[in-house]
Amino acid sequence: MAVLYRIHDDTSDLASFLELCRVHWRGVVVASADEADNTCRIDCGTERLRDICQWLTDDLGFAFATLVAEQAPKNWLLIYAFYKDAKSPLVRVELKLDAALSVAPSVVDLLHGPSFDWHEREVEDLFGLHFEGHPRLGEFVLHEDWLEGINPMRRDFDANKRFEPRTTEPKWEPPTIVTAPGAFAMPIGPVFSDFAESAHFLLETVGEDVVRTIPRFFYKYRGVEKIAEGQPPDRALLLAERFSGTAAFAHGLAFCQAIEAICGIKPPPRALALRAVLAELERLRSHAAAITGICNSTALAVATSQAALIEERLLRLTCEITGHRYLFGAVVPGGVICNPSQTDCRHLTAAVGEITHELRRLLQMLRYSSSFLDRLEEVGVVTEDQALSYGLVGPIARASGVARDIRKVLPYAVYGSTDFSVPVEREGDGYARLRVLFAEAAQSAGIINKVLSSLPDGAICSDELQLRAGAALSAVEAPLGAAFHWVRLDNGGNVSRYRVTPPSFTNWHGFHLAAENFAFQDFPIILASFGLSNAECDR
Amino acid sequence: MANWVLKGLRTGIRTTSYPAGPDDAPGISPGRPIGTSLSSTTAVDQLVRNCPTQAIAPDGSGIAIDQRRCIHCFRCQRGVDEPPIWQQGFEWAAYVDDQAPRKLAAIFGRSLHIRFVDAGACGACMSEARQINNPYYNMHRLGFFITPTPRNADVLLVAGPVSDAMRLPLSKTYEALPTPKRVVAIGACAASGGVFGPSFAASAGIADVIPVDVVVPGCPPPPLAILHGLLLVVERKPPSNVFSRASGGSKESP
Repeated sequence: MAVLYRIHDDTSDLASFLELCRVHWRGVVVASADEADNTCRIDCGTERLRDICQWLTDDLGFAFATLVAEQAPKNWLLIYAFYKDAKSPLVRVELKLDAALSVAPSVVDLLHGPSFDWHEREVEDLFGLHFEGHPRLGEFVLHEDWLEGINPMRRDFDANKRFEPRTTEPKWEPPTIVTAPGAFAMPIGPVFSDFAESAHFLLETVGEDVVRTIPRFFYKYRGVEKIAEGQPPDRALLLAERFSGTAAFAHGLAFCQAIEAICGIKPPPRALALRAVLAELERLRSHAAAITGICNSTALAVATSQAALIEERLLRLTCEITGHRYLFGAVVPGGVICNPSQTDCRHLTAAVGEITHELRRLLQMLRYSSSFLDRLEEVGVVTEDQALSYGLVGPIARASGVARDIRKVLPYAVYGSTDFSVPVEREGDGYARLRVLFAEAAQSAGIINKVLSSLPDGAICSDELQLRAGAALSAVEAPLGAAFHWVRLDNGGNVSRYRVTPPSFTNWHGFHLAAENFAFQDFPIILASFGLSNAECDR
Repeated sequence: MANWVLKGLRTGIRTTSYPAGPDDAPGISPGRPIGTSLSSTTAVDQLVRNCPTQAIAPDGSGIAIDQRRCIHCFRCQRGVDEPPIWQQGFEWAAYVDDQAPRKLAAIFGRSLHIRFVDAGACGACMSEARQINNPYYNMHRLGFFITPTPRNADVLLVAGPVSDAMRLPLSKTYEALPTPKRVVAIGACAASGGVFGPSFAASAGIADVIPVDVVVPGCPPPPLAILHGLLLVVERKPPSNVFSRASGGSKESP
């Protein structure tokens, strides 16, 4: 049956998807279309949620984007968002629960269940909402020493009240599976390596070979979504930019796009073009940093230095154009702040051209360094099936054959009218990820040149922003992959709910797939080839 | 392998002349606002109101800036009537306690071993801290080395507002350092909590958890500012001042 559906199912535009949905679920759910957002909304009850999630992911090939939980006075609202390709609409499955009834069905046992897994655990931990059937609920964002029964995302929790310093030490003892004689779990972190973000890994090992890795994150949970509540958008924007400083522009942009969608304003053409230029400049820098990290993890000193020179050069270039090395303060609702002159644009084009050339030469040399390739090839493999079932995003998914890119799927800024390709590799190992990084960096440089060569004149920011109540989901392709920002503004124009789904949150979940059955010394390489950010994941 | 050696040789030396000489290459620092005399109280009010982190306070006929709170949001620069002076440069680090700067110079001469701790930083501070190892800045030439274990370290370099879950790891790391030891807090979050703290999930900076000796303001502080902070620990450079006053202008007294 499933195969038959696939042949006849037409999801190629909003109208046909809506028709399909009405025919398939006649009398069961209510589907409605929002033309402006190219979104199809499906209202369903708890008894149909699993069927609908399964239909969307297994039968129609949609990918799960994010789960947003909202607490209203009388009920809970759960929003499951899905996306597919450039033609299909965004799908929002909405589920209302009675306030007294804090239980929803879990969907983690579906074929694409793993992509929902962390979302359900997070909602359970932060809202105290139970997901029936989920096997691993409990300590997730908040560790063991957090007071039981206190859920910080609930409306009645005071975000400004400081926590009591705890006297008891957290004890983390996850179940281990290796029972061979001499087996033990080797702890790494949260403070480890030369420069590493705080995270904790238990490596189950019998000596030289590591069988399984059990990671634990959220050491850096700063409650960004909670402290954004009640703030005006210009203050919340500071949080959006600063929760992950190495992808500040991408997340700032996603937040601003959501505000623009709520308030119905459209940035002027020059602003849209500049947004693409700055976003690609950030991607180029971020990819250069990831390449530096991979070279460093294999202890190839000259290559590390060469890549670090490129990275620092991009940081300086960014500072010259925007005034800040990490693009803080460059984007605002309605447009952008910085307006590069013609001289700036020429300088940028020339510098990006030189950097592309240097990157190409670096890749050429790396490709002929057998000792380097030995460390990367067939290390940290993620298969295409795994990437799909975990809903992985960004360069990691694209190195495993999943060619999804938000710039193509849900085009924003000027990506819809700019010609570029999405590089894909099949092997899913460390070397495939490195090749994707290099290929994407080259594409980014190409986009910068194309957009700058036909940069429209005019204003860089639309007129006075009129805030109004509403909610919107915005998506961008951050350097590390798809990022989804859900923003709801109240009647006073303040943020009443902010939900960020960063690519690192999605991809860290899949890290354990790559960190299985490897030699101990490969751990830093697997870590570097993922190149994820804990600040972004933990928020 | 020979290719790599040739590549390295062909690249030549890119390293900055700082601290022996100045460095004013474009893009090495975002710069920062400093205390400025302004023409009217309306202009002062506007700047104080625009600052999201209360870094700007009225001072005589102008404004003073608490650099520990400044997050480089440019909201005192863009779209205001009278912006404060924007100062280039990067020598931003200061001793926390002016009365008794506890220096390591006499004990360790000129070399330091450093352990970095991420106490909930956004990633930009960490990225800049990582850059001091790159060929442009090359901290090894100054006798500074990163060590993987706190037991071999003289200095703890800490970024982030200290998230709840990092309080314990941070204080444990601090205790593991042999005495004498010094703590360098880098970035607005580490100095004041930044945009995150104090809240239910984060402290108002490193000093809430462990004693701090040197603070490097900035969001994030550029690599040369972090080097300046480390040079303060061994007394190889004079300090800046975290309060920048209108009357004092750019010349801050030690």
